[in-house]
Amino acid sequence: MRFGVVTFPGSNCDADCRWVLREVMGFETESVWHEETDLAGLDAVVLPGGFSYGDYLRAGAIAATSPVMLAVRAFAARGGLVLGVCNGFQILLETGLLPGAMLPNLGARFRCEWVRVRVERTDTPFTSRYRPGEVLRMPIAHREGRYYADPATLERLEAAGCVVFRYEGENPNGSLHGIAGIRDETGNVLGLMPHPERCAEGILGGEDGRRLFESMADWIRTKRREAVWQRS
Amino acid sequence: MAEVVTGPKLRLFPEEVAEIRRRLGREPNPVEWRVFEAMWSEHCSYKHSRPYLRVLPGEGPGVLRGPGGNAGVVEIAPGVAVAMKIESHNHPSAVDPFHGAATGVGGILRDVLSMGARPTALLDSLRFGEGPRSRRLLEGVVAGIAHYGNAVGVPVVGGEVHIEPCYTQHPLVNVCCVGILRSRDVRGAAAGGPGNVVLYAGARTGRDGIGGAAFASEELDAESALRDRSAVQIGDPLAGKLLIEATLEAYRTGAVVAVQDMGAAGLACAAAEMSARGGVGMRIDLAQIPRREAGMRPEEVLLSESQERMLLVVERGREEEVAGIYRRWGLLAQPIGVVTEEKVLRVYDGDRLVVELPPELMTGAPERRVPERPYAPPPLHLETLPEPEDPAEVLLRLLRAPGVHSKRWIYTQYDHLVQINTVVGPGSDAAVLRIKEASPLGIALSVDGPGRIASLDPWCGGAWAVCEAALNVACSGARPVAVTDGLNLASPEQPEVAWSLRRVLEGIADACRALGLPVIGGNVSLYNESTDRIYPTPIVAVLGVLRDVARAVPSGFRHPGDRVVLVGALGASLAGSTYLKEVHGLVAGAPPAPDLGLHARLVGLLVRAAEEGLVRSAHDLSDGGLGVALAEACILGEIGAGCDLSLQRTRVDELLFGEGPSRVVVTVPGDRYETFCALCREHRVPVQPLGRVGGDTLRIRLPRGGLEIGVSDLREAWEG
Repeated sequence: MRFGVVTFPGSNCDADCRWVLREVMGFETESVWHEETDLAGLDAVVLPGGFSYGDYLRAGAIAATSPVMLAVRAFAARGGLVLGVCNGFQILLETGLLPGAMLPNLGARFRCEWVRVRVERTDTPFTSRYRPGEVLRMPIAHREGRYYADPATLERLEAAGCVVFRYEGENPNGSLHGIAGIRDETGNVLGLMPHPERCAEGILGGEDGRRLFESMADWIRTKRREAVWQRS
Repeated sequence: MAEVVTGPKLRLFPEEVAEIRRRLGREPNPVEWRVFEAMWSEHCSYKHSRPYLRVLPGEGPGVLRGPGGNAGVVEIAPGVAVAMKIESHNHPSAVDPFHGAATGVGGILRDVLSMGARPTALLDSLRFGEGPRSRRLLEGVVAGIAHYGNAVGVPVVGGEVHIEPCYTQHPLVNVCCVGILRSRDVRGAAAGGPGNVVLYAGARTGRDGIGGAAFASEELDAESALRDRSAVQIGDPLAGKLLIEATLEAYRTGAVVAVQDMGAAGLACAAAEMSARGGVGMRIDLAQIPRREAGMRPEEVLLSESQERMLLVVERGREEEVAGIYRRWGLLAQPIGVVTEEKVLRVYDGDRLVVELPPELMTGAPERRVPERPYAPPPLHLETLPEPEDPAEVLLRLLRAPGVHSKRWIYTQYDHLVQINTVVGPGSDAAVLRIKEASPLGIALSVDGPGRIASLDPWCGGAWAVCEAALNVACSGARPVAVTDGLNLASPEQPEVAWSLRRVLEGIADACRALGLPVIGGNVSLYNESTDRIYPTPIVAVLGVLRDVARAVPSGFRHPGDRVVLVGALGASLAGSTYLKEVHGLVAGAPPAPDLGLHARLVGLLVRAAEEGLVRSAHDLSDGGLGVALAEACILGEIGAGCDLSLQRTRVDELLFGEGPSRVVVTVPGDRYETFCALCREHRVPVQPLGRVGGDTLRIRLPRGGLEIGVSDLREAWEG
């Protein structure tokens, strides 16, 4: 099982994601440079948080045009797992791999704090280890995290069960429908604003993020077994 | 202070002008005069403060790099070291709070980076005046720190803010940066190896920040905001982030001999300091410098303080390898000169020689001795002040006071979690970080600066700053190991200010010696005055080490039934207290001098008690005294407590709101109480039992009556 963590100029959670995947979860993990065009050999790709290209223009807008995102698009189309956290989520929106857009937080301030997040679905490659409706404690840290989509898109997202995480209690940024994370309709691309890599170790105040990575590993193992069966 | 030389006014003293002519043996050309003006400014040369700074203890076990470099470095465990430095950006922040503060963060990050460390944490210490204008400045500064710190991915894990009228014209913005490195990777900034290549890396050079060093060494006036706007630099945090990553990667080649940020006085200062440290010279061609705009004059290129630029000395023949790393990260990298054996800095603009000066002369501004005049604090006549009729109301009022009130609105704007090391973040006595590479090792950090106390008694203020920051760190269970200090004062040409500078430093030095703490680096910011004069404001950051970060002790109460105990100095004073200022509008009295021996024993006690798991919480008594400390411990722990002070004989305001160093409220599980008391006896630290944790109110019995306030009401006052 191999995870790839993309580094864009200005990514700043890439090392954190690598630490958690490699040292905490024990997965084989490699760095993927933003100019990379070949993702062969990877089972999952993580687009980490940060300020790619300084978030100049719009958060994630310039990173969305980088060579690696062409490769990520093809990787997702082949069924590879793609996880976008915070700025990574913004990049997935700018790339069009996920629908909608991010607006500046209501209140217009950067907010870094622990929030509560409800798991809306557990039948996804990212959430199978959670209980349906379970409320998690996770940190957020962003200035542009107010999820926005037009009414038709929102309706489709809800109807197709694409909302995977919703803020519980206070909505920290004014996201429509309290959306904290969504998946695409095929199910193998997930974007979320809270940082699972910041809550994967007890010493840091919480471990709720850990099961997201465990779920991904479960799914990858299952897929591999299925592939072996199909071949034999 | 300035004297006319030739052409535009130079900011140099007449005797300095004469000294330059004498030591050089010729008349400097106009470009060289501008270079001297910047290099011999207080900001670059420390000419007023250097004589006094000698009292600070810079040596100690584990110190790998002491004062004089870009940052201090101390080894905290075999093979693991911490680089740290505090720096002010007061003048730029007064003129342009957002960019002034943002570039302050950028500069200090690169100072720590240049020691070979990855910048790991930031702390900010801010001072502002009262009123809407000051509030806007504060919000601008916070936004600027957030803008830069968040984007470069270095967490702001702690800090402090104080509001006093004396900072209205002169806000203080001090930022401390801490970095982690392997001891064997520590670097210096001494150029060496004649023939080696001088490499320019980072962003282009523009006209921003020209004269910034000299500007920072002057008093501000009403027109400063307009006139000095060009002396403030603009930062680009993306370039700052790329520069960190590229430079750390460049170090791994082994080809980098020395590195320095081009900060104050720009290329001129970096080239001169690196050459002087290495006992060499350099030949530099300004025509090679990547520029943002055309038509820049040589002195502008030399003295530009454009941000995100570093000067490297690279082994000859390997410059392309190193430059390639910077280019891969999207940065410029350009060889601009060579190291020479002859100790002369020769700067060419193409074929034309524009500067030819010995680096030692450039960095060798003579010390200035100025007259001193001691002063005494205004007396405090306690007997004329009525005791409060309703102590509960006073306590709530103090919780709302700006120095005490929760700083949550500030620190939630800072990413304090990035790099995933933050075990205890802002809002506690000290920040605690784990060190991934050396688990279960941790560090604790705290920054403190009692300006009001220093205004009454500068020695006391200096000693308190060290004692408080060290005590905060010890409350978390960490052993204090090193100090970096930022001194912020008015003009040293005023005899009272010169005296207070001496006394503040003596206070810092005495406390550091008593606690066995080396001062591994620091910063001096003078001329913080115009019509108003700021308090002498020593800001001290203390680094502590936790052998096992999982044993870090929180500030808030935790467990019902635990004993609440006051340890350390049992008495306190209203002199210089928050209570006196907020309730009676007075800043007066002689603050109590710390008992440094007791303080050292108290620090030792707290570290032992934490390691042996005897205390469940520890919170240092600071602004607002015992009353506020108990309230904060209830709020942080979301649990009440009952305390009995009815047998005390002092005035109720002194009892509840008196302040003084060396005082801590700890909670101890009932079955460990006797063991804890025995440990206190062993350390010869006084103990006073106060009561027990429990309930959802804070209840205090007083000699007459008492108070009871719901924890939710305390929180409402403190955070609302």
